[in-house]
Amino acid sequence: MSRPFAKLPAWIDYGLIPLLNLVVAFLVAGLVVLVVGESPAEAAMLMLRGAFGYGEGVGFTLYYTTSFIFTGLAVAVAFHGGLFNIGGEGQAYLGGLGITVVALALGGILPWWLNLPLAAAAAALFGAAWALIPAWLQARRGSHIVITTIMFNFIASALMVYLLVGPLKPAGSMNPESRTFEAGASLPKLDGLFELFGASLGGAPLNVTLFVALAAALFVWVLIWRTRLGYEIRTLGHSPKAARYAGMAETRIIVVTMLIAGGLAGLMALNPVMGDQYRLQIDFPAGAGFVGIAVALMGRGHPAGILPAALLFGMLYQGGAELAFDMPAISRDMIVIIQGLVILFAGALENMLRPGVGALYGRLRRQGPVGAEAGKATA
Amino acid sequence: MDAALAINIVDSTIRLSTPLLFAALAGLYSERSGVFDISLEGKMLIAAFASATVAALSGSAWAGLLAGVGAAVAFGLVHGFASITCRGNQIVSGVAINFIAAGLTVILGQSWFGEGGRTPPLTGDARFSDKVLPFAQELSGVPVVGPIYSGIISGQNVLVYLAFLLVPATWWVLARTRFGLRLRAVGENPAAVDTAGISVAWLRYRAVIICGVLTGLAGTYLAVAQAAGFNRDMTAGKGYIALAALIFAKWRPVPILFACLLFGFLDAISIRIQGVALPGIGTVSVQFVQALPYILTVVLLAGFVGRAIPPRAGGVPYVKER
Repeated sequence: MSRPFAKLPAWIDYGLIPLLNLVVAFLVAGLVVLVVGESPAEAAMLMLRGAFGYGEGVGFTLYYTTSFIFTGLAVAVAFHGGLFNIGGEGQAYLGGLGITVVALALGGILPWWLNLPLAAAAAALFGAAWALIPAWLQARRGSHIVITTIMFNFIASALMVYLLVGPLKPAGSMNPESRTFEAGASLPKLDGLFELFGASLGGAPLNVTLFVALAAALFVWVLIWRTRLGYEIRTLGHSPKAARYAGMAETRIIVVTMLIAGGLAGLMALNPVMGDQYRLQIDFPAGAGFVGIAVALMGRGHPAGILPAALLFGMLYQGGAELAFDMPAISRDMIVIIQGLVILFAGALENMLRPGVGALYGRLRRQGPVGAEAGKATA
Repeated sequence: MDAALAINIVDSTIRLSTPLLFAALAGLYSERSGVFDISLEGKMLIAAFASATVAALSGSAWAGLLAGVGAAVAFGLVHGFASITCRGNQIVSGVAINFIAAGLTVILGQSWFGEGGRTPPLTGDARFSDKVLPFAQELSGVPVVGPIYSGIISGQNVLVYLAFLLVPATWWVLARTRFGLRLRAVGENPAAVDTAGISVAWLRYRAVIICGVLTGLAGTYLAVAQAAGFNRDMTAGKGYIALAALIFAKWRPVPILFACLLFGFLDAISIRIQGVALPGIGTVSVQFVQALPYILTVVLLAGFVGRAIPPRAGGVPYVKER
């Protein structure tokens, strides 16, 4: 993304301004709560208590967080390459198909710790495959990746409905879902970990996928900032001209970046499909692919930002579900609004506050003892 | 295939194409001015909700129309502010607006009417009713012309006629007026327009407002003419199909008409085709027909069936030289 405004110190650029944007987003969300006739402060308290107040709530919060880490990373990796991957939803959906193939074939044969890497590989492979065509079309034919990935979300949805009401549905069943996996294809819950802290996980579906997500975050950090490929991806994202001039193979980088992004989105399916429902259901990603856009923008594309951003949205999802019990006027759709507001203020309007903050900073600098760089900050 | 069925399919094709036509023409104005807009979906949705709400409360479809247009223009101005004034990423802004509209319509609908996001059913004057054109009854007996006139052309509602009239009007505005020339220029080369002493920002804002008005009409049509009230997520991806039609038509008004009719036709036959064996193909699954607009758009974007080239300055915020 271009930054046509004056340069500010890093702590303002990466700390203060994103924080202010987030505050504005939540203030506007608070306004909506007011319009609906509830108290925003009370709603926030109920939400926090629902998300962190007891063991089961924490378990659900972290379960949602796990999904959002994957989809946030999927969007962020593509962002670094200057590509906007809106297709996380479809890629995750297809990832679930990969898992189902492994789980139905090997679920009764292998133990879970052998099935996990196999299913993860299949999920990443299917997710990556779904990103391949948009990536190739962007690289070779110049078709806009935003449009193609949106189209592929719809195509994925149609394809999966076709499979789930047809070939994948067990005979005699009315529900559009696959048969339930055997024990070998269900991932263990993390209740043991919770008992260490004297808490109970209850019915929360938090499972070992959390560690896969954390490993994926580490992988993305190493990839983007510590490898040659990552350097090439960032170069392409900042300046395609520079990348071309440096002799980097544009097509290869675009395709590889999108394959990695698609693979990460596909891995997200591990969490609900193998970790919670033990079967492939219609629309199981339930918007997680889109939450990834907000998570990536809020986390500024860095795993260190994406993890807390994913936690925030995990909290909103779980807290929002609890909130709906106490305040029926505020259903889970409130999260969709907050998600939109975060994308708007942290993404599209990221420069709205910048001139003001820059001018204020410039004035403070001039009044302060060190006035050397004064005036530099004013746009 | 008998004539009655053919008339029936053409009639529902026209009804299903209308919202696509409004939305695709809306996108045309915005994108030809250099502002990419994937928030057609969100603007249609908020307009559908606002129009159904006001129509239900006031009992007047025309008041609903005003509210729907107003809501869509307001959301359009948010998109304009983000992408023109703040020079933000236009795709990101569009995504945000789609989410805000999806959430807001349900939250407000649930809070005001308490029916799971639905608005009260509209009856009588609160809906745009079908207009029977003069002589429709008398001519229906005449062979060929009669059924076409009375079964297809007559008996649509005001908004359908408006949508189809907007196609030549849009062509005329874009191709034959000064405003249209400048609008197209600002989407291709804003610096040249700026040099001529014309405000790039104001031109683009006007395009964004027109886009809001037309998406407002699209949403109003869905909730107040086609259906009788608002349902949660009632646009169901129509904004994206309209976007696909816009690209499929290579950003030109008359081809947009045919693209929308094609996608409306696919929608109309997708229900009827279930379980029917086509000669030479066999049975086609409903899901395949539903996915066909998206598949066709991808194939077109790939450049295998003629090339779709977007306005050159699309998606790029204009920075005035300093």
